[in-house]
Amino acid sequence: MHSLVLENLSYRYDGEAVVNNLTLNVEQNEIVCLLGASGCGKTTTLKVIAGLIEPFQGSVSILGKAMNGASGFIPPQKRNIGMMFQDYALFPHLTVAQNVAFGLTIKDKSARESRVAEMLNLVQLQGYAARFPHELSGGQQQRVAIARALAYKPNLLLLDEPFSNIDAQVRFQLINDIRRIIKDQQVSAIFVSHSKEEAFAFADRLAIMDKGKIAQVGDPKTLFQRPKSKMVAEFLGQGIYIPAQRVNGASVETKFGAVHSLVELGNMDAKGEVYLRPQHITLENCAQGSVKILNQRFMGTEYIYRVTVEGQELEVSHPAHEPLDLTKPISLKIKAHAVNFFS
Amino acid sequence: MQLSLSLSKWQTFAWLIGLSLSVPLLFLIVESFQPDSEVFAHLWDTVLWDYVSNTIWLIVGVCLVCALIALPLGWLTAYCEFPGRRFFEWSLMLPLAMPTYLIAYVYTDLLDYAGPVQIALREWFGWQSPDDYWFFDIRTLPGAIVMIALVLYPYLFLIFRTALREQSFKLVQASQLMGKSPSQSFFKVSLPLSRGAIVAGLALISMESMADFATVHYFAVSTLTTAVYDTWLGYYSLTAAAKISGIMLLFLFLALTLERLSRPTQVVHERQSSVNSTTLYHLKGTQAWLASGFCWLILAVAFIVPTWVLVDYAINYFEQAWNDSFFLYAWQSLKIAFWVSVVLIIMSMLVVFNQRVSHGKRVAVPGKLASTGYALPGTVLAIAVLIPLTLLDDKLNTWFEGTQFEPGLLFSGTIFALVFAYVVRFYAIAQGAVESSYQRISPSLDMASFSLGRNRLSTMLSIHLPLLRRGILTAALLVFIECMKELPAALLLRPFNYETLATHVFQYVSDEQLELASVSALFIVLVGLIPLYVVNRSMEQRS
Repeated sequence: MHSLVLENLSYRYDGEAVVNNLTLNVEQNEIVCLLGASGCGKTTTLKVIAGLIEPFQGSVSILGKAMNGASGFIPPQKRNIGMMFQDYALFPHLTVAQNVAFGLTIKDKSARESRVAEMLNLVQLQGYAARFPHELSGGQQQRVAIARALAYKPNLLLLDEPFSNIDAQVRFQLINDIRRIIKDQQVSAIFVSHSKEEAFAFADRLAIMDKGKIAQVGDPKTLFQRPKSKMVAEFLGQGIYIPAQRVNGASVETKFGAVHSLVELGNMDAKGEVYLRPQHITLENCAQGSVKILNQRFMGTEYIYRVTVEGQELEVSHPAHEPLDLTKPISLKIKAHAVNFFS
Repeated sequence: MQLSLSLSKWQTFAWLIGLSLSVPLLFLIVESFQPDSEVFAHLWDTVLWDYVSNTIWLIVGVCLVCALIALPLGWLTAYCEFPGRRFFEWSLMLPLAMPTYLIAYVYTDLLDYAGPVQIALREWFGWQSPDDYWFFDIRTLPGAIVMIALVLYPYLFLIFRTALREQSFKLVQASQLMGKSPSQSFFKVSLPLSRGAIVAGLALISMESMADFATVHYFAVSTLTTAVYDTWLGYYSLTAAAKISGIMLLFLFLALTLERLSRPTQVVHERQSSVNSTTLYHLKGTQAWLASGFCWLILAVAFIVPTWVLVDYAINYFEQAWNDSFFLYAWQSLKIAFWVSVVLIIMSMLVVFNQRVSHGKRVAVPGKLASTGYALPGTVLAIAVLIPLTLLDDKLNTWFEGTQFEPGLLFSGTIFALVFAYVVRFYAIAQGAVESSYQRISPSLDMASFSLGRNRLSTMLSIHLPLLRRGILTAALLVFIECMKELPAALLLRPFNYETLATHVFQYVSDEQLELASVSALFIVLVGLIPLYVVNRSMEQRS
């Protein structure tokens, strides 16, 4: 049984379709990320799942139980959903322990206390039970929020941009911690983000959203290597399009020469474009080179060169430990890779 | 050549304004400690404690009724979807425009023995005389409580509703997701989080209800406000009036402290535009109709019925009410309001500008001194203004004794007293509005202007003034309208045979002939609607 099934979901705001015929399944114990630019409808989708707003049409079902439609609308308080808000929404007038215990339905006092202790243990906040939210750091508040959302064993966990208020230095550590906690508790989760780095690190599968629809669903590697549309390719990497001619299933011809593809190119039109990311191109010192370097950025492990060749400007990534000799001629080559070919 | 003023001149202006506006309160406090003839002792022995207990009961009662009305209304319109919610969000503020004496008059007229309600009841049940049935008397303390609460509840409604929407909306959403019912969420989350807002709202209502003069005077319920009025007009004892005012100052101080302590601290958080359109609970069927019905009931009782009755009077008595005295008094009121607004804008600009360009610990002191008249009940304010002004007139007359020139009551007996009183009373409103729009001007604009060679005066005139235009207009408008509506200070301070629109209407209320001043009354209500529109619009812009 699926943890969550969304079918042909639509939501309109002021006559405009914010969510448009959206369909998505989430398996049990799976973390799915709704990834997209702001305004693509991802947060609205999350609210529809939570029952905070009613969909215009379509259906939501959680663990096989319909949340709307013929059997009536199930209000949020009866859905047994855990939600983590962007600003955590911790109750400022309650202690950490009271916050975590808030959603528990257990009446027995000692059972409540032991569940709270168990959750605080899980998020490594033992000893913080009596503190108030404002006495905690951002990362600690976030861990209280996850403990609170998981304490009452929800059927589904929803996370709304949970990492956007966290400093870049500790963000990925927290992402790992929270992913571990969610996997540990064996709960399915839907996670909303606009950052592909967060999504790659946190989710099992990504659903890339565009204009209220899901553009493509899949694991990060598939999406990166085999984007179905230009929108998906562009969203995942800052590359450029180069005109190309399909030669056969394994290679295309460009003005920079033939490019070998590591994936089958399918049965497409002969003429089209390939999407090249900086990592797909190499530069080398070569006597016949005609590449002009416009500028270079040192990124630590690599250089990003901005170059122009044959009237085309593009960015190229180059390993930092073998720098180019910029005084000598330079030539450009496209590596064999999983080519993104669009007709 | 630019006109330039040294920093010390700006500071001098600011301090002069601050000191002169704080004079009345200072004199009032000093006067209230003066030894008094028998008047105060007599009052102390006889009726004073009735006045005090009436005042306390009035405050407690109004707060209670306001809470019963405003808390459910605030919760419903903040969190629930039901027919008409958007309309009620703003329309439930309308009663603020209704002066209490008008609503009191209208209901007295409707509910007394000769009024349409009792006539209908008698016809329905066949009763012959008052002995056949019991009907409540509205001209009592409980009646006054209900009348005043109907006009003041919007303060609590607005503050509570804002707290629910802006401070605890997300948290209640979180609570709802964790399986809590609406009432559980209310008692566990909303109520504890908005306690500060509720106390602040009630403190405001306490101050306003203590200051209310017209209703209690009309209903002949003696409170401290009416006591100040009667002591002055009955015994001409400034000292006794000042002593009673002193008691009121204690109440006021309590309420103000409570308000300061509990004012909700602004929680910084991102405001999502979607919060404005979403609600938490979709009421359906009976619940939705009950919610709608409750809102309609309050709106009808507090605003629609009184306005409708006034319109009805105005139509039926148009010939008598649309007359020269309406235009004369309207013109006199407009003139006073205009001059007070102009004076206050200039004063508050000077004080706030000094705060901006000066440095040091004491820059805020002139503004604080000048604001001391804020929240003074009208009768107390009048006494406070009369004390220094009569002293001044006294000295002046002694000075000119034996010469041809007889100044008479140059300050206390002319329109000057009223203008001065309004300036003292409403200064804080002007400063608040100017200050808040000043805060939106980045200090780096001043630095840019100075670095481009402009001096302070030129910066104020060419940079600040254009940017502050809207804030200044808002300030002027708010002050203007408050002046138009003000009643008790005008009753005590107006020169002989001089009427403002409000005193004119109140005269007819007291004479049980409001019909004849119904056009003026409607005009006051209409003028009172303007600030509601302004506030509503600025809130929409903020979101």
